[in-house]
Amino acid sequence: MTSSPSTGPLIEVEHLTMRFGGLIAIDDVSFAAHQKAITAIIGPNGAGKTTVFNCITGFYKPTAGRLTLRGVGREFLLERMRGHEIGQKARVARTFQNIRLFAGMTVLENLMVAQHNKLMRASGWSVLGLLGVASFQRAEAAAVELARLWLERIGLMADADRPAGELPYGDQRRLEIARAMCTEPVLLCLDEPAAGLNPRESAELNQLLVSIRDRDGIGVLLIEHDMSVVMNISDHIVVLDYGRKIAEGVPLAVRNDPAVIRAYLGTDDEANDG
Amino acid sequence: MAYFTQQLINAITLGAIYGLIAIGYTMVYGIIGMINFAHGEVFMVGAFISLIGFVICSSVGISSAPVAIVLVLLLAMSFSAVYGWAIERTAYRPLRGSFRLAPLISAIGVSIALQNYVQLAQGARPKPGGQVVSGGFNLFTADGFDVRVTWLQIIIVVVTIVLMAGFTWVIARTSLGRQQRACEQDMKMASLLGVNVDRTISLTFVLGAALAAVAGMLFLMYYGVIDFFIGFLAGIKAFTAAVLGGIGSLPGAMLGGLLIGLIEVFWAGYFSSEYKDVAVFAILVLVLIFRPSGLLGKPEIEKV
Amino acid sequence: MGPRLPLMLKDAGLTAFVAAALGIFIVGFRTVDTGGGKGLSFDYHLVDLAVAVVVIFIGRLGLSMAANGQRWPAIVLGGAMIAAGASPMKLPSGFLHWFVALGGVLLVIRAIWPWASDAMSAAARTPSGLALGKARSRWFGWLLLGAAVLMPFTPIADQKTMDLGVLILTYVMLGWGLNIVVGLAGLLDLGYVAFYAVGAYAYALLSTQYGLGFWTVLPLAGMMAALFGIVLGFPVLRLRGDYLAIVTLGFGEIIRLVLLNWFDLTNGPAGIGSIPGPTLFGAVFAETPPAGKQTVSEMLGIAFDGNHRLIFLYYIILGLALVTNLFTQRMRRLPVGRAWEALREDETACQALGINPTNTKLTAFAIGAMFAGFAGSFFAAKQRFISPESFVFIESAIILAIVVLGGMGSQIGVVLAAVLLIGLPEWFRDLGNYRMLAFGLAMVLIMVFRPRGLISHREPSIRLHPAGSGGSG
Repeated sequence: MTSSPSTGPLIEVEHLTMRFGGLIAIDDVSFAAHQKAITAIIGPNGAGKTTVFNCITGFYKPTAGRLTLRGVGREFLLERMRGHEIGQKARVARTFQNIRLFAGMTVLENLMVAQHNKLMRASGWSVLGLLGVASFQRAEAAAVELARLWLERIGLMADADRPAGELPYGDQRRLEIARAMCTEPVLLCLDEPAAGLNPRESAELNQLLVSIRDRDGIGVLLIEHDMSVVMNISDHIVVLDYGRKIAEGVPLAVRNDPAVIRAYLGTDDEANDG
Repeated sequence: MAYFTQQLINAITLGAIYGLIAIGYTMVYGIIGMINFAHGEVFMVGAFISLIGFVICSSVGISSAPVAIVLVLLLAMSFSAVYGWAIERTAYRPLRGSFRLAPLISAIGVSIALQNYVQLAQGARPKPGGQVVSGGFNLFTADGFDVRVTWLQIIIVVVTIVLMAGFTWVIARTSLGRQQRACEQDMKMASLLGVNVDRTISLTFVLGAALAAVAGMLFLMYYGVIDFFIGFLAGIKAFTAAVLGGIGSLPGAMLGGLLIGLIEVFWAGYFSSEYKDVAVFAILVLVLIFRPSGLLGKPEIEKV
Repeated sequence: MGPRLPLMLKDAGLTAFVAAALGIFIVGFRTVDTGGGKGLSFDYHLVDLAVAVVVIFIGRLGLSMAANGQRWPAIVLGGAMIAAGASPMKLPSGFLHWFVALGGVLLVIRAIWPWASDAMSAAARTPSGLALGKARSRWFGWLLLGAAVLMPFTPIADQKTMDLGVLILTYVMLGWGLNIVVGLAGLLDLGYVAFYAVGAYAYALLSTQYGLGFWTVLPLAGMMAALFGIVLGFPVLRLRGDYLAIVTLGFGEIIRLVLLNWFDLTNGPAGIGSIPGPTLFGAVFAETPPAGKQTVSEMLGIAFDGNHRLIFLYYIILGLALVTNLFTQRMRRLPVGRAWEALREDETACQALGINPTNTKLTAFAIGAMFAGFAGSFFAAKQRFISPESFVFIESAIILAIVVLGGMGSQIGVVLAAVLLIGLPEWFRDLGNYRMLAFGLAMVLIMVFRPRGLISHREPSIRLHPAGSGGSG
């Protein structure tokens, strides 16, 4: 059961298949993602990228296939777990294509909610919390400290007490990543984090993702259309088309793969984009 | 056997009425994804307009039952349709894009307001009327029990079948039906393609209200007495029918209506009439828990 | 007035036409029993309808003028309506006077609204305005509390006022309880009154059958209601919001129908009577003590006064309501409270963060039910008689209206809304018949114009920077 984290991939996706009625959204896709690495999943619209994410994070039950996560001290078979357990136990965190912050709550509250399970235990499922026990207060202070750390890293310290929905778009994207990171995950799944960002924000995002890989040492799975992000920071790229994997490898290899160029990148002009 | 057949006949009649109301729930849910909680009250208003219509008919000396029925039917349908239109226009349309529960809360408000409006305007006491068709014939006699079909039951079932057929034709063949289905699929895309979304939604409410009014008229004729409160129970039962059949599905609404009619009548006939409503509510709860997509509905795939 | 006038007239005409179509049968022809036989005849109200339609025409015209910035003509129209409503001129019914006058008031408010809100927000931005606003939010609650505590000792505290106070506080408590479910966790519960009924019947049965006292049963009743909440909630809380609403409505009705029909336990529609009232350290509120008991006036050595019981009840419900409030305020600042609000905002995101949505909703549901259970046993002890009639859907709707009108999640808002919705109709008795009509319309209007309720301000459950410092932007 147990295996040391440094051997073998962090998550192994084997023969993943997802059918909706007659439609095959993902067809026998296998790949792996490693710790301290950014693995990008790319492909044209409708290639099944988000569906892969939804299977990994428990929003869909895969029709077939196995999703093995080598997490903290033990292995998890994600396809067998209930939705929220994947975040809670296997420690997989994610962001969404269309940002899903708790818009009416403040930035800080968003980061506190992310630490819910830890704090629930500390509050003795609210009983100790209601009594105001010191150990809970310490745990809460520590949670605020973690939130503060992430506010610093995404540069939103001054906005901590503002409702998250009032932030500019780019800040919301970064906040959603920080919120996912506050769950202290081993695998972070980002669904088009650069969508709608301007070039400056996009560069900031690159830095943030690289620092998450290098400083926090976790695995990052990334769905992205913005080739400047994908080609610059990915360690490994998986290319999907019509639900099938058509190529994978390091960025240089993938960008020169004729199958990829044909299916996805189109003309040479666009390929040079990155 | 005779008792059973009699119950079956009664159940089908009742189920037809529920089915007509259920169509309104199902259509509105299909197009804008909201439970039109006030729909039961539109049914009630339709029943009252029918009642008044029948009294007017008799006071101006229209004694022929078929003429009176057709006149009242048209009257109730058209004036209830105005209610459907006005409710959508004032209480729901401004809320598109508001928070999730806003339309439902607004609908509850409309429902309470309509109930009390009718109570204030027409009084709280039950009103008798609408019994213009009487008589029937014995189907057969067995075990000393007459199995009877009344002319009224035949009228109810025939009217329901005709309306359903017409309605299915509207949805399947006319441009209104096409626009409606387009809005159900993707409202934004439909409007980009030139479908007048506001108008389509309005028409959906108008049609739903007109059908509810027919149900109201049939209900009045069948039971011979109505009050301002009939919309609440009938509304919930019809909603249960819509859910049971698969909300969003027109044949489902009709099937659900029939099933609810069967459950209610047979429960009352064989177990206890006190708990017949409990049985219906329990069905609602069970269906929502175990098969929220109903019998004929398509399961929803949540997009994240 | 320019070229827009014809358009406005046309629009007002259309509105009036629709209103006429809506009203012609239901309002115009009031059916009445002819007596004796089973026929109906009409009592015509076509003049009333005509007046109402004219008023709607003028009102709509005024509204479009106000919307187009033509303030003065709108104010003049509104003023004229108020004058007509208040004048001794004989309109066909008393209701029409109110209708015309209130319509005028609304029109005037609408016309001066842009001015007023500009002026208010400008005033709020000045330093003294800011200070005032902060002081108000800080002190307003305390002021209300002080007034509530001192009320029984003021000269206005006659029996009628005290009764009303108890009634309002009961609804405040129910509103606060439901606020946990609807306002914080975002679960639309249309069957809240079922838990109120569970609490009431729990006390009624345990006290009349087993002789248990109010203070013993109170926690039991709360627990029983919470248990009901868990049992009912567990299977259904996975449902989407609007389905949940209907299912809770169904449960509420099931419980009422069971109470109505389970004669052996509940005595059916006849209800349960002679329920003992709450005791003060074992002493009862009565002129003469029952066997083996002491009366409160004996215990305290004061003269008997029927009002004492009422004052005691008043303080019990005040205390219960305050417990509800404090508990809620505290829960809001705990992880579970934040998870409630997060669920309200976005359930999918919660799931992705590893929060168990079902359990979190269940706690909100059960705690809300518990407070309804407390309130229910208080109700039974106060009324000394309960029957299924007190637990109909409309009660759930009233409590929901209080929460919605107050501003979902706002504690002070619930108090204001309860005073407005429960207190006002009691004061204006002659409008009592129109109370539920006004409720329904108010729910619609609030959703359309002010979906966040009267009090829309939300205080964060935790702050990094102290309130009011530059950091909060």
